[in-house]
Amino acid sequence: MPVDDGEESRERAAGEEGLPVEPGHGRDAEAEDHAKTETRRATEDVGPASPVAIAASPVASHEQPDGAKEAADEAKVEESVAAAPARASVAHYEDTEPSPPTPRPLVHRHHAIVRVTHWLTAVLLAGMIASGLQIYNAFRHFGIRGEPYLALNPADDYRFPEWARLGGWLAGGINWHFALAWPFVVCGLVYVGFLVGTGEWRSLVFRPRDVPGAWRMQLYYLRLRKEHPPQGKHNALQKAAYTGALGLGVISVLSGFAIYKPVQLAWLTWLFGGFELARWWHFLSVWAFVGFVAVHVLAVLFVDPASLRAIVTGWYRGRFPSHD
Amino acid sequence: MTELSRRDLLRLGAVAAGGAALGACGWDGGPLEPALLRVSRWNDLVGEALMSPRRLAREYPLDRRTPERAFPAYSRTRPISRLELADPSAWALEVGGLVREPLRLTRPMLEALPRVTYTVKHHCVEGWTAIGTWTGVAFSAVAALAGPLPAARFLRFDSFDAGYFNGFDLESAFHPQTILAYAFNDRPLGVDHGAPLRLYAPTKLGYKMTKYLTRVTFTAERPGGYWEDRGYPWHAGI
Repeated sequence: MPVDDGEESRERAAGEEGLPVEPGHGRDAEAEDHAKTETRRATEDVGPASPVAIAASPVASHEQPDGAKEAADEAKVEESVAAAPARASVAHYEDTEPSPPTPRPLVHRHHAIVRVTHWLTAVLLAGMIASGLQIYNAFRHFGIRGEPYLALNPADDYRFPEWARLGGWLAGGINWHFALAWPFVVCGLVYVGFLVGTGEWRSLVFRPRDVPGAWRMQLYYLRLRKEHPPQGKHNALQKAAYTGALGLGVISVLSGFAIYKPVQLAWLTWLFGGFELARWWHFLSVWAFVGFVAVHVLAVLFVDPASLRAIVTGWYRGRFPSHD
Repeated sequence: MTELSRRDLLRLGAVAAGGAALGACGWDGGPLEPALLRVSRWNDLVGEALMSPRRLAREYPLDRRTPERAFPAYSRTRPISRLELADPSAWALEVGGLVREPLRLTRPMLEALPRVTYTVKHHCVEGWTAIGTWTGVAFSAVAALAGPLPAARFLRFDSFDAGYFNGFDLESAFHPQTILAYAFNDRPLGVDHGAPLRLYAPTKLGYKMTKYLTRVTFTAERPGGYWEDRGYPWHAGI
């Protein structure tokens, strides 16, 4: 999307000229943020901002009491109208900026539970992988002693560099791994519980009917198709990726328990083809996770940078829909 | 990315700093280490809760045995041959602590007790596995001879390998596959695997199975262990 490099400076100029953009104070910061950006808002749905739409706004969201602000958040604030103080600043923009960029709506895209579990998972996953590589360092093969080791391991006998390991030695790696494992599992359960409880899974889980959409999306990314296929909160390829990441979480946790208690949870270890193969599955899930994160981060940076703000603050002003 | 406010960038920076600190080269946890060890103790309780005397480690056919030269053997004393006893007939196992009847058991006395043999997979904390046949006497049979007092809750196993020792909780020790082994792969235990007597338990990681045994002590307090005192998990049940 065309990112408007002028926005920030205009906003600052507006503040300096005494326009009603209040500085953030404590917990109202988000509302204030909201109000500021409302001044330039007009949704794609309703077309470009019109003086009528702007004038129709009775209350700036930062003037609402905390409770009302919360309620407004919950009610998907994209439906709300622009903040009252907007009038003057819009005129100002029009004076200094002859061709304003296509204005986009500011919408609430990610619930706090999603944002918190997302970032916790990011940090925990990094720690799990680094401490796991420390553990791998102690025996860098998959297989029983005295038998040929599983050839399907490009990292056979490979010593991962120290910077990639966490724990310093085997016991340190183990203690990190088994300390981070519980919050990692809890984080995943809370997130899945949120998806199920709110029905949000519908916009995220890849289903058979998403196959044609995924194909069209792939063609678009390969530049074999000109128009971006229509999409809801996520496109079909994203659904495939996020569903795959959830599956990876399940595989990594289950194979982890299969390695952790191969006698007491023998049935689980058996499901993975025995202790040695369970270790291999566990290791495989690491590389799948690394691949997912790499694509995920690149897609954020190059396809939809606005989504970074959304996963941090919850608020999104970008070119994609935030709801199905 | 002008759509990010400075506040967002600060938050991102904090997350990135956390990630970088986590990824810092070979960090052992520094000031967090005590917290990690507390979690490790909590994980011991998980291990205890999962450990059932009715769940047995799987047994393997004899042809699945790991060739003996490929079966690792660790000791603190190096070379391992220095652990060879000059006079094995002078050796005896002492069973004491919180018991009614302290015992002194020689190899012939132990071999006269009911014999347990199984071919099982050995799981090392390092991640390797190996299959071998172990023969000995169920620990519960020896304990029955000594008669633990009600106050006894743990066991301490001492060795003559440079102070190597371990602790077991009673339930782990009384698991039917926990034995005092005197034979490996149908032959008397060699010096590399802990002669004249070692603890064996396929429900535990290898470092819990003290070799070169000298003494078994019933205790009220949880004993540590050579590796456990250096940060390895204490229960180590698998």
